[in-house]
Amino acid sequence: MTPFAYSRAATPSEATGLGRDGASFIAGGTNLLDLMKLEIITPDRLVDISRLDLAAISETPEGGLRIGAMVRNSDLAADRKVCDSYPVLAEALLAGASAQLRNKATTGGNLLQRTRCYYFYDTAMPCNKRAPGSGCQAIGGATRLHAIFGASVHCIATHPSDMAVALRALDAEVEVEAPEGAIRRLPLSQFYVLPGDTPHIETVLAPGDLITAVILPPPQGGRQTYRKVRDRASYAFALVSVAGVVALKEGRIAHASLAFGGVAPQPWRNETVESMLHDRQPSAGLFAQAADALLADARPQKDNAFKISLLRRTLIAVLNELTDADQ
Amino acid sequence: MNTDLMVNGQAQRLDADPRTTLLDALRNYLHLMGTKKGCDHGQCGACTVLVNGRRINSCLTLACMHDGDEIVTIEGIGGPDDLSALQQAFIAHDGFQCGYCTPGQICSATAMLDEIAAGWASHATKNVASLPGLTVEEISERMSGNLCRCSAYPNIIDAILEVAAGKEQS
Repeated sequence: MTPFAYSRAATPSEATGLGRDGASFIAGGTNLLDLMKLEIITPDRLVDISRLDLAAISETPEGGLRIGAMVRNSDLAADRKVCDSYPVLAEALLAGASAQLRNKATTGGNLLQRTRCYYFYDTAMPCNKRAPGSGCQAIGGATRLHAIFGASVHCIATHPSDMAVALRALDAEVEVEAPEGAIRRLPLSQFYVLPGDTPHIETVLAPGDLITAVILPPPQGGRQTYRKVRDRASYAFALVSVAGVVALKEGRIAHASLAFGGVAPQPWRNETVESMLHDRQPSAGLFAQAADALLADARPQKDNAFKISLLRRTLIAVLNELTDADQ
Repeated sequence: MNTDLMVNGQAQRLDADPRTTLLDALRNYLHLMGTKKGCDHGQCGACTVLVNGRRINSCLTLACMHDGDEIVTIEGIGGPDDLSALQQAFIAHDGFQCGYCTPGQICSATAMLDEIAAGWASHATKNVASLPGLTVEEISERMSGNLCRCSAYPNIIDAILEVAAGKEQS
């Protein structure tokens, strides 16, 4: 690790001020310290935000849930309200990392974790995300784990989070405090930015912006599931994953929210697919059409065309599970 | 910089570079060599210790972030004359070969049994809103953050299940 100055912020405003002046935030540290040890990220100042009073889970006046940015992944997955009303979120959290990592990783940090692209991790390789303008060694390289949606000619890395995929299906919002104290809320759909020609920019956050909470709308009802397909049965990143929330009414799909992980630079969602399912009777033909519509946009690399058929089957399996009248 | 830690019930003051991980603080400053450095990147679990009762990877956290925290290492779980139930069960079931991952396995399992007792679901729990059972699948999933290159997994699981069953009865 390169040397850094360490300080602990007592308040969010102290943290945002230091962040605006160039310091990096550290909370759980499970991703940042990994990257710092490899000197992929070399901050010269760290601000410890782990003791900020942002670790509560509370109901919102609208009947949703406010999840403090410092809530640990393990505490969020074990929260009674999350397990009862937002099980897709608990399932996604429990499908990610290991118990030890979930005990440290925070809600805010999980959203901001970096890609596990091999080339981003290898400082001897060009990488537009790590060293803007240096090129992308992944393109034409080993691309089995890379994106099939939303990539660019400058970057084909995927976003690694499971939690963010569930939050995307749940229409979560991110609460952000800026330096000087202004607080804003962003739908998760507007939080991440696609790589384009600036893959080092991954979110709309400005220097000093601090995630203070994630807000969930009131529970939508219906069935929920998170299905993750990976190389090992546990403790591995997704090849593909699907977060699904589907409500049936009188035998028809009254509501369907679907988000996809492991396939794009951000949690992926496709409203066209959801509207195709709306007010229709579940059927194998309908689900095949929905999968066709989703995958019409897919652009595989040389090693990851398997993700197209894998995502197709995973989506159809999720839709079958969530609309099965026998369950 | 100075950091005050409570390690295995003893107050310790550390004066170390802020880059020092909790793992390196335990081994190189406090000379508690039971906690092992495997991958040093949070992938193998050999460095697992308990912080305020929770299992974490001590390699992926800075010692200076733990001012005032209570740390328990394998030395605090039990020694040759006062083995914990899990330590005894690992011996009885031959839950290791080379032994390098064992301190992390036992620290991890110690906290894992508390997580089950608290009703925490896992990826192996069919319904996250229901109470988890004590099955091979549950234990395997919950211990997936601890790798064993000798692949002593079946015996590790037997050892943990024996202690878990005893806890359930008591």
